[in-house]
Amino acid sequence: MATVSLKNLTKRYGNIAIVHGIDLEIADREFIALVGPSGCGKSTTLRMIAGLEDISGGTIDIGGRMVNDLPPRSRNISMVFQSYALYPHMTVRENLGFSLKIAGAAKDDMDRRVAEASAILGLDELLERRPSQLSGGQRQRVAMGRAIVRDPDVFLFDEPLSNLDAKLRTQMRTEIKKLHAKVKSTVIYVTHDQVEAMTLADRIVIMRSGYIEQVGTPDEVFSRPATRFVAGFIGSPPMNLHEATVSDGKLVFGSGDSLPLPGQFKSKTAAGDKVVFGIRPDDFFPTGHGLSSGGDTEVHRLELPVSITEPLGNETLVFAEFNGTDWVSRMLNPKPLKAGDRIGMSFDLSRAHLFSAETGKSLRV
Amino acid sequence: MKGFKPSAPFLLLLPAIIVLAAVVVLPLILSLYSSFTPFRLTRPETFFVFVGFRNYLSILSNADFWWAFGRTVLLLTIALNLEMLLGLGLAMLVEKATRGQRVLRTLMMFPMMFSPILVGFQFKFMFNDNIGLVNNALQSLGITQDAIPWLIEGHLAFIAISIAEIWSSTSIFAILILAGLLAMPKEPIEAARVDGCTPWQTFRYVTWPFVMPFAYIAMTIRSLDVARAYDIVKIMTDGGPAGRTELLWTLVGRTAYSDARMGLANAMAYFSILLSIAFTVYFYNKLAAARAQIGAEW
Repeated sequence: MATVSLKNLTKRYGNIAIVHGIDLEIADREFIALVGPSGCGKSTTLRMIAGLEDISGGTIDIGGRMVNDLPPRSRNISMVFQSYALYPHMTVRENLGFSLKIAGAAKDDMDRRVAEASAILGLDELLERRPSQLSGGQRQRVAMGRAIVRDPDVFLFDEPLSNLDAKLRTQMRTEIKKLHAKVKSTVIYVTHDQVEAMTLADRIVIMRSGYIEQVGTPDEVFSRPATRFVAGFIGSPPMNLHEATVSDGKLVFGSGDSLPLPGQFKSKTAAGDKVVFGIRPDDFFPTGHGLSSGGDTEVHRLELPVSITEPLGNETLVFAEFNGTDWVSRMLNPKPLKAGDRIGMSFDLSRAHLFSAETGKSLRV
Repeated sequence: MKGFKPSAPFLLLLPAIIVLAAVVVLPLILSLYSSFTPFRLTRPETFFVFVGFRNYLSILSNADFWWAFGRTVLLLTIALNLEMLLGLGLAMLVEKATRGQRVLRTLMMFPMMFSPILVGFQFKFMFNDNIGLVNNALQSLGITQDAIPWLIEGHLAFIAISIAEIWSSTSIFAILILAGLLAMPKEPIEAARVDGCTPWQTFRYVTWPFVMPFAYIAMTIRSLDVARAYDIVKIMTDGGPAGRTELLWTLVGRTAYSDARMGLANAMAYFSILLSIAFTVYFYNKLAAARAQIGAEW
C-alpha cells in the first residue's frame, strides 16, 4: 500500500503537450478517479504512472520512491485494461498466476493466492477455461483477479467497464467498490463516465485538455464546481449554463429575460460583468415538485412554457423554455404535463452558481 | 444414347475436367505406372514390361538414394531453423521501426524477387575459390591466406548451398512473422510488462505464442520448398563434388535424364513425395495446436 505523488508531471509528443505539468497527491488506500472527456490526458497520466509511457517532465513518486525511470515491473503496480488484455493462450488459472510465476513464487504460495483471488471474484468454476470461452463480464473479473493476485502497492484501472453493457457495468461497479473495501489499497481509476467516478471514488480529479480542473470529493465537485467545465461535466442531466450580464442586482440574459442576482454573489460582481449562470435541474423545478420546499430559501418563481417532457417513472425531466432555449428541470412526484402547458417554475437561487465568462472560474470562492 | 442425359453442371464442367485429366491425372497415372517398369528413355519398349515393386526394392538398398534423402532432411532442418531465427529477428527489428516501415518491408522482400537459378549463379561466383568475393574478403581481412575450396570440398559445399538457400528465403519467415506481430493486440504485452516480465519473458510467454502459428505456416511452405530443392544446387555444385551435395531431386533428375532410367527415377520421386507429405502433416498439426492455444478465430 502506498501514496502516489505527481509533481509537475508533463507529457509531450514532439512539440505537442498532452499533459501540462499536473500536481496530485494521492493518499494511501485512497480511491481516486481521473475523469474527463476523451483526449483530456487521463489515460496518458495513468500510463505514465504505470510506466508504459515515458515521462517528458516532472516526477512520479510511489510510496515515497521516485519511479520516473523504473520499468513497469519494478513499480509494484497492477493494471486492469479496458480490453482486459488477458493472455489468450493461458487458462484463467494461468492468467491469474502468471505474475507470480514470473516472480518465481513457490507453487503452494501461488496456488493459495490464486485460490484467494478466485474466491473473492467468484472465478472458481472458470479456472480451467481459456479467455475465448468467457463472457465480457467474466473476462473483466479475471483481469481484476490478475491484478489482486499481485498484491500491489497501487491498482490502476483504465476504463475497465467501458466494454461492458449497461447492466453489467452497474453490477461490476458495485463489485469494484466491494473489492476496494476488501483489499484496501490505493486505487487510481480512469473513466470518462462521471457516474462511475461519483459512485466509486473518495476523490475525483476532473481533467480537461491536459490540465486538472478540480480535485475534490464527489460532494465537492458536485455542489461546489470550481469551473464552468466541471459544472457542466459532473451531474446528469447536466447543469443549465447560460451567459448573462450583471446589471443592477439582476442577471440579464441574451434574449432580455432576467433573474435576480443570487444574494451570495452580490459582493462578488459588479455591474457590467459578463458571467455564466448555472443551476442544476434539481434546483430548478416545477413549483411544489422540487427537493427544497422553497420556504426559507431564496426562490424565484416564474411561469414558463413546457417544450418537452421525459418521464422516467419516479421523476420527469421537464424542459421549460426560458431565455429562448430549453432549461432542464427535475420534477419529483410527477404529474402529467404536455408540451405547450404553462407551469409555475421555481429557481432556488441560493443553490445557483456563477462563473466568470472570461476565465470560467467559479465566483463563489 | 437414349436415357443418357448429362446434367448441365456436368456438361459445363466437362472442358475443365478434360483439361485437368490431360495435364494432371494422365501424367500422374503414367508416371506411377512407369515406376513399376524398368522404363528407360533409350529403350521405349521397356515401358510395357511390368516388374512390380522391383524399382522400389532397389531404392531401399540404394546407398546413394539414402544419402540424398538424409542430406535433404539435414538441409531442411538447418535451413528452416536458421531461417526461422533470422526471420524472427528481422521481423522484430522491422516491427520496431517507427518510420519507413513500408520501405523496409519492401527491401526485406528483395531476395524473393530473384530467380533461384540466378541466386545459384550469384553464390557460385561469390564462393568461387579463385575469384570469389568470399575468399577475397577473408584474405583481405587477413583471416586466412589460403584459398578455401568452398564449392569443391563436400562439407563446405553443403554450407555454401545452405547459405544461398537461407539468404534467398529468410524473407518468407520474416514477412509472415511480421504479419503475426502486426496483427497481435498490444495490450497483453503491456499487461505482461506490468505483471513483472522482463523483455525476454514478455517475448517468451506472450509474443512468441502469438507468433507461433505464423511461423508454422512459413515452416509448412518452406519445408515443401526445400524438400524439392533443385535449382540452386544444380547451378552451384550440380550435386558434386562426387555426389557430396546430391539432394533427392537432383538425384531424381540425374537418374531420369542423364542415366535415362525413367522408371527408377519415378519410383524415387514417389518415394520422395512421402517426405514432403510427412513434413506437411507434421507442421499442420503443430499449426492447429498453436492456433487452438491462442484461441485464434481464423
